[in-house]
This record gives sequence, structure tokens and C-alpha cells, in this order.
Amino acid sequence: MAQVPLIELKNVSFQYDYTQVLSNISLKVEQGDFLALLGPNGSGKSTMLKLILGLMKPTSGQIELFGQPANTFKKRELIGYVSQKSNSFNSGFPATVKEVVASGLTKKIGLFKRHLADQNEKVMQALRDVGMDGFANRNIGELSGGQQQRVFIARALVAEPKLLILDEPTVGIDHENVQSFYDMLANLNEHHKMTMILVTHDVDTVSNRISHVACLNQTIHFHGFKNDYDSLSDDQLNAWYGHAVRKIHHTKEEKTQ
Amino acid sequence: MISSILHYEFLQNAFLSGIIIGIIAPLLGVFIVVRRLSLIADALSHVTLAGIAGSLYLSQTFTGLALLNPLYLGIVASVSGSVLIERLRRLYKHYEELAIPIIMSGGIGISAIFISLAKGFSTDLFSYLFGSVSAVSRQDLFIVVVIALLVIAFIYLFYKELFVLSFDDEYAKASGLPAKWIHLLFMIVTALVIAASMRIVGILLVSSLMTLPVAASIRIAKGFKQAILYAIIFGETAVIAGLVSAFYLDLAPGGTIVVISILILLVVIVGKKIAMSVRA
Ligand SMILES: Nc1ncnc2c1ncn2[C@@H]1O[C@H](COP(=O)(O)OP(=O)(O)OP(=O)(O)O)[C@@H](O)[C@H]1O
Ligand SMILES: [Mg+2]
Repeated sequence: MAQVPLIELKNVSFQYDYTQVLSNISLKVEQGDFLALLGPNGSGKSTMLKLILGLMKPTSGQIELFGQPANTFKKRELIGYVSQKSNSFNSGFPATVKEVVASGLTKKIGLFKRHLADQNEKVMQALRDVGMDGFANRNIGELSGGQQQRVFIARALVAEPKLLILDEPTVGIDHENVQSFYDMLANLNEHHKMTMILVTHDVDTVSNRISHVACLNQTIHFHGFKNDYDSLSDDQLNAWYGHAVRKIHHTKEEKTQ
Repeated sequence: MISSILHYEFLQNAFLSGIIIGIIAPLLGVFIVVRRLSLIADALSHVTLAGIAGSLYLSQTFTGLALLNPLYLGIVASVSGSVLIERLRRLYKHYEELAIPIIMSGGIGISAIFISLAKGFSTDLFSYLFGSVSAVSRQDLFIVVVIALLVIAFIYLFYKELFVLSFDDEYAKASGLPAKWIHLLFMIVTALVIAASMRIVGILLVSSLMTLPVAASIRIAKGFKQAILYAIIFGETAVIAGLVSAFYLDLAPGGTIVVISILILLVVIVGKKIAMSVRA
């Protein structure tokens, strides 16, 4: 069977009431890709992810997920999501860490069914993956922002999605844990064939784990292998972004494509 | 007390309805409070009043309707109110709370018209406003049982979806859950619980039975299931103690139930403060 791209955007545009945010975006994400989505603040990264997730509809253009039009795509449990502002939830909410992570299985279990036989094991494994298993029975509101963020990552991992969409997931997580978090993503990507889309401003830290880069600023200015991105000139990048951006300088450790 | 309950049907009706409501109102109340919809429960109860007042007026005016149980029109009014609120909330996306005063004043306004049209159902109306130990009929009890079964089935079937929806609305939508439908069902079920509870606690105090036990429980609960359990324990305690004291002191049960709920809340708040300062 020919491989269909997991995500395909065809000429997608989007505008909020009056502001044009995305113009003519065409992008394919293939199975196994580890894509870093880069762009300055307000460039439309979160908006693009929300369109992919079906939270908003494009003003024009088509989106296909796993080869199906996004608006008829039903198997949303194949897609895991960590939003940019996960900590915007009501912090007085009476829920344990375990309950929050288990809620990531809701779609996978399906309507009218109560739980999976190995649900508890899956939840604990996801918590171990993010190093939060010691907090399973704590109240979510009593954790620090970074700890909460790790719990939300576990919630996305628990359903073992084929595609993981992460919108600046490491904000608020300390340096050491960021490293082990990216190690974990790289491992899921390599050994479990989990496709990743990662929005980040911290290109240096992820540079030797990602396979592809897309540069977005209202439209896609570049999409390709990471090595090709590395060979772009600073002037080129500045022209796209309108200001200086940090570039990846990790040439020694690079994998060859 | 026990022998009176065995003796008098009206007491059986009141206590059985009370025990059932003591479970379903706080059970649903937990979801209402964490989703910050407490005021909606208040608005809906006033819409229910419009249905009740309308029904009382109709049964006074048209002899053919004399035996119509006002609860039915009350249920119709509160369910329509819940659907309307949803409509309005979507219309005023950025001012969602605007739906509440619109619906609430609408409900009170219509009630006022019916009440002034019909002259003199003051005692009946009083029992609808503040609850009653003696006015609960077998038919009322039957309606309460049916509504309770619906509510419990709804929560049982949609527990995990309701949890996701309450905790993180955006995530629920991104997971492809039918958030809109579940939310609409939730609003309708809320309307039903309000109609069911009204006979015991009264329209003006219905929302308190959905919120006060929850306010106490979320002070001390670590998890969601625990919050539900504590809320039901507090709610049930308030209802039973409230009904007993209302019966002996000849008071409106709505009043006694709410006052006891507030006492429970105070005990929990103060108790937690003390427990924390002891630990510190
Ligand atoms: N709800 C909204 N209504 C109107 N405009 C919006 C809304 N949300 C975002 N925008 C606008 O859309 C543009 C893109 O926003 P978006 O959140 O997608 O940017 P981003 O690339 O994720 O930025 P950041 O790096 O800050 O997260 C911005 O100019 C923003 O002002
Ligand atoms: Mg963003």
C-alpha cells in the first residue's frame, strides 16, 4: 500500500474576523517525520495546529488527515495534543493526576464504554514516561506549572497516538527535564514510529532529534529536511522572519539523511 | 418520627423524594460547579417558576386542567430554558454570562404576570418557592424517581466525557468528542434535576442544593470521584436533617436545608483551616 501522508494541507488559508493569519499553506507530513514548526510570535503556528485538530475550520483550502478529509475524520484518538496553554485550566479543579491522565483515553475507549482492562497500567506507564509517577494521587492544582505540563504530556501519550502535536510543550519545564523529555520524544519517534509536530522557539535543544523543519510566518517559507534548513543563510531567515532568529549550530552531531 | 413516616403517606413522599434529591442534586452539582455554571442553575430555577405559575393559573382558569400537576409545565419551562440559554450563549460568544440575566429576568417576569393574573394561590405558591414537607404527592415522588433514573443513567454513560469536558473544553473538542451534544444533554438533565428538587427545597433555593455541598466537598477532595462522594454525603445530610427539623419546627424545608448546608460548609472551611495550622 502506498503511504498516504498523515497530514496534508492544500492551499489552506485562515482569517480571524478581520486579520489574515494563514495564506495558502500547503504542507505534507509523512509518517515517521519529526517536524519542528518554527516561526516568530503571532506567525500562526498555534492557529495552524488548531486547524489540523479540527478546533477551527479553514477559511479556504482542504486538510486531509490519514488520507481522509479532516471534517469527516473520526479517529481523532490517533492524534495526541498538548496545547500551548495547558495550564489555563481551572486550578481549583478537584482531580487527581491519575484522573487527568486517564481522561486522555476517553476517545480511545469510546462512547458508552467505561474503561480499558489495562487502563491503570497504561496511565502509570505514561506517568513514568514523564517522570511523574510519584504524583499519581496528588491533586493536579497542587503541582507546579512545569509538573502540570508534564502531566498534560502524559495525557497526550497515554492513548499511544500515531501523531503527536505539541505546541511549545516545554515552557516552564526545567533544563534537565527538557533534555529527558526530548530524548523521550526521539525514542517514541524512532522506535514506535510516532510522527511528531513540535512547535518550539528553542531550536538548539531539539536540533539533533528532529528530521524536518517548517518555517511559518503567515505562509510556509521553508519546509524540508533539517540539513537543508541548516544550510540556509542567516539573511534568508531574517528576510522571512523580519528579525534575527537563532539558527541551529549543531553540525557535528547531525544525522545524515 | 419513624412511626409518623410509616403512618403518613405525605411524609413518605417527602422523605423518599428528599433522599433521592440529596443524591442527584449534588451529583450533578459537582459538574455544574467545576464548569462554572452555578448561576445557570439559578436562572433555570426561575424559569421553572414561570412554568409552575403558568400551570397554577391555567388550572384555576380552566376547570378541565384543574388536576394538572404543575411539575409538568415546570419541567417543560426549565428544559426549554436550558436550550434557550445554550442558544444565547452561542450568540454572545464573548459575553456568555449575559444569557443568565436574560433568561432569569424573563422567567421572573413571566411568573409575575401569571401570579398577578391568578388571584390567590398564595399557600400553594409558597410551597413551590420554599419547599414543603406536606405538599409532595405520590405523583411528584414518581416524577422524582423517573428523573433520578435518567440523571444517574446519563452520568453513568457519559462520566468520562463529562470529566474531559469539565476539565478541559478545548482538549475535549480536539479529541473529537461530541462536545456540543453532550453539553446540550447536560443542560437538559440539569433542568430536570431543578424541576425534581423544587418540590422539596423550593424554587428559590434549588441551586443551593446543587452548589453548597459541592462548595464544601471541593475544599477537601483530592480527586473528582472523591469530590462527588463528599458532595453527596453533605447534600444527603443537609436534606435529611433539614426535613426532620422542618417537620418538627413547622418550617419550610428549603430554609432548614440551606441553613444546614451552610453550617456544613462552615465546619468544613474552619475544620480545614485548623487541620492545616496543626500540620504546619
Ligand atoms: N482568537 C483570536 N481572535 C483574533 N485573532 C487571533 C486570535 N488568536 C490569535 N489571533 C491572531 O492570529 C495570529 C496568529 O496567532 P497564533 O496564536 O497562531 O500565533 P503563534 O505563531 O502560535 O504565536 P506564539 O509564538 O506567540 O504562540 C496573531 O496575529 C494573533 O493576533
Ligand atoms: Mg502559539
